[in-house]
Amino acid sequence: MLTQRAKEVDRKPMTFLESIYLWNIVKGMGITISHLFKKKATINYPEQTRTFSKVFRGLHVLNRDAEGRENCTACGLCAVACPAEAITMEAAERLPGEENLYREEKYAAKYEINMLRCIFCGLCEEACPKDAIYLSQTFAPANYGRKGFIYKKEDLLIPNPVTDKEAYEKALGDKPVKN
Amino acid sequence: MTLLVIDLWLILEKTLLIAGIIGLSFFIAMYTTLAERKVAAWLQDRRGPNRAGPFGIFQPLADGGKLFFKEEIIPLAANKFLFILGPALAMITALITSTVIPWATPFITKGGNVIPMQVADVDMGILLAFSIVSVGVYGIMIGGWASNNKFSLMAAIRGASQMVSYELPMGLALIAVLFMTGSLKMSEIVANQVQHGWHVIYQPLGFIIFFVCALAECNRTPFDLPEAENELNFGYHQEYSSMKLGFYLFAEYINMFISSAIMVTIYFGGYDIPFVNEASWGLSSFWMTVISFSVIMMKISFMLFVFLWIRWTIPRFRYDQLMNLGWKKLIPLALLNMVITAAVILWLNK
Repeated sequence: MLTQRAKEVDRKPMTFLESIYLWNIVKGMGITISHLFKKKATINYPEQTRTFSKVFRGLHVLNRDAEGRENCTACGLCAVACPAEAITMEAAERLPGEENLYREEKYAAKYEINMLRCIFCGLCEEACPKDAIYLSQTFAPANYGRKGFIYKKEDLLIPNPVTDKEAYEKALGDKPVKN
Repeated sequence: MTLLVIDLWLILEKTLLIAGIIGLSFFIAMYTTLAERKVAAWLQDRRGPNRAGPFGIFQPLADGGKLFFKEEIIPLAANKFLFILGPALAMITALITSTVIPWATPFITKGGNVIPMQVADVDMGILLAFSIVSVGVYGIMIGGWASNNKFSLMAAIRGASQMVSYELPMGLALIAVLFMTGSLKMSEIVANQVQHGWHVIYQPLGFIIFFVCALAECNRTPFDLPEAENELNFGYHQEYSSMKLGFYLFAEYINMFISSAIMVTIYFGGYDIPFVNEASWGLSSFWMTVISFSVIMMKISFMLFVFLWIRWTIPRFRYDQLMNLGWKKLIPLALLNMVITAAVILWLNK
C-alpha cells in the first residue's frame, strides 16, 4: 500500500547535468548549513544536568525515622526480592542503650549493595515493610575500581535528621515521609 | 671575475620567510583538525570538542601530544626504509608546494629594498606547484606498498589512479586561466586579477572543475577512497602508528591548506581586496603587507570551511562513479571550457 510519503523509483538514466551531481550536492550543502544555526542537542554534562522524572530510580538510600533511628530491621526481604542478587546484609541484636540508634530490636550490622549488579528495578523498595530503603534521584558516580561500586552502609545511610537536618532533607529529596 | 655573489641578506630574508610559511602551514593544519571536528559537530547539531582550554583551542596540542607518545609499531614484514620514507615524503611534498604562493604585497624597507612575500617567484610558478603536488602521491604509494598489507596496497593503487585521473581536468581547467594571464608566474596571475577582476568571474566552470579536482587531489570526501574506512580499514595508513600516522594525517591538512591557497591565488585574486582600490589609500607598505596577508588568510579560511562543509555533507563516491566523473564528465567539460575561453579571447583580440 502506498503511504503519502512513498515515491515511485525513477529508473530513467541520468542526464549529463545530473550525472555530475553538482546540483544535488549544492542542495545537500544547503541542508547541512541550515543545521549550523539550529539549537544544539547536547547537554554540557557536568555543568548542566538533565532533570529526571518523578519516578526516576537512582541510588539507594537507607532511611531513618524522624528521630534519627535506622528503620532497617535486617529482615532480608529486599535481598530476597532483588532479582540481581545485589544486596547482602548481616543482622545484629540491638543492645540496651542503643534505642536512639535503631528503631527496633534487630538491625543491619552490615548492609551492602553492589551497584554493578544492581539493575535499579526498585523491587527492594517495594518489598521493604519498614520503609527503610528507597531509590533516590541521583545515580552512581563513576569509579576507578570495582571495589568502589560496592556501597557500604555508611554510603547508603541517610544523614541524621536530628543532628544534620539540612543534609537529611536534601538527601530525602521529594520522597514523602511515612511512618 | 666573480661567478657567484652570496647575498647574505637575501639568504636571511628567504630563510625567515620559509620558516614563517612552514610554521604557518603547521599552525593552520593544526587548527584545521580542530575546525574539522567543530564544523562536523555544528553541522550535526552537536558542540564538538570544548574541554581542552576555552572552546577547545588546546585540543590539537592534546591530539599531537598523544600521537607523539603512542607506541611506534613497524610491522615485521614491512620494508623498513620505505615505511619511514612514505610519511616523510607526504609531509615534505605538502610543505614544498607553498614556495610559489604570493602571500602578501611586497614589503618595501626604509632603504628602498623590496622584499616579496613569496619564497620564489619562478617563471613556471603554478607548474612547479602542480608537479610537486603530483609527487605527493608517492607518499601514499610508498606507504601503502611498504606496509605489506593488501588493504594498504589496494588503497595506494586507488589513490594513485585517482590522483592521476583528476590531475588531467585540473590542468585543463588551469590552461583556460593561463590563456587569460599569458603567464605561469603566480605574481602575474595575481596582478592580472587585481587589474581585471577575479578569474572566478570569467571562469566559473573552470573554478568548479578545479575545485572538484582539488578535493580529489587532497583525498577529501567525496573522493577519500584511499582511506575508505569501511572498505579498506583506513587504507594506506592502516599499519602506521604514532607520529608517522600523525604525519600522514597532518600532510592531508597541509595539502588542504595549500590547495586552498592555490585556488584563492588563481581564482579569487590572491591577496587582492575586492571592490576597493587599496593603492589609493596611501598606507605604508608595512600596513599594506599586513592587510593583504590577512585578506588572503580570510579567503583561505573560507575555502577550508567549504572543504569541511562538503566533507560533512556528502558520502563517498563509489569507485566507478569516481572514474566516470573524472574521465567522462570533468575532462570533456574542462576541454569545452578551454575551447570557449580560447575562442572568446581570439574574438576579443581581433
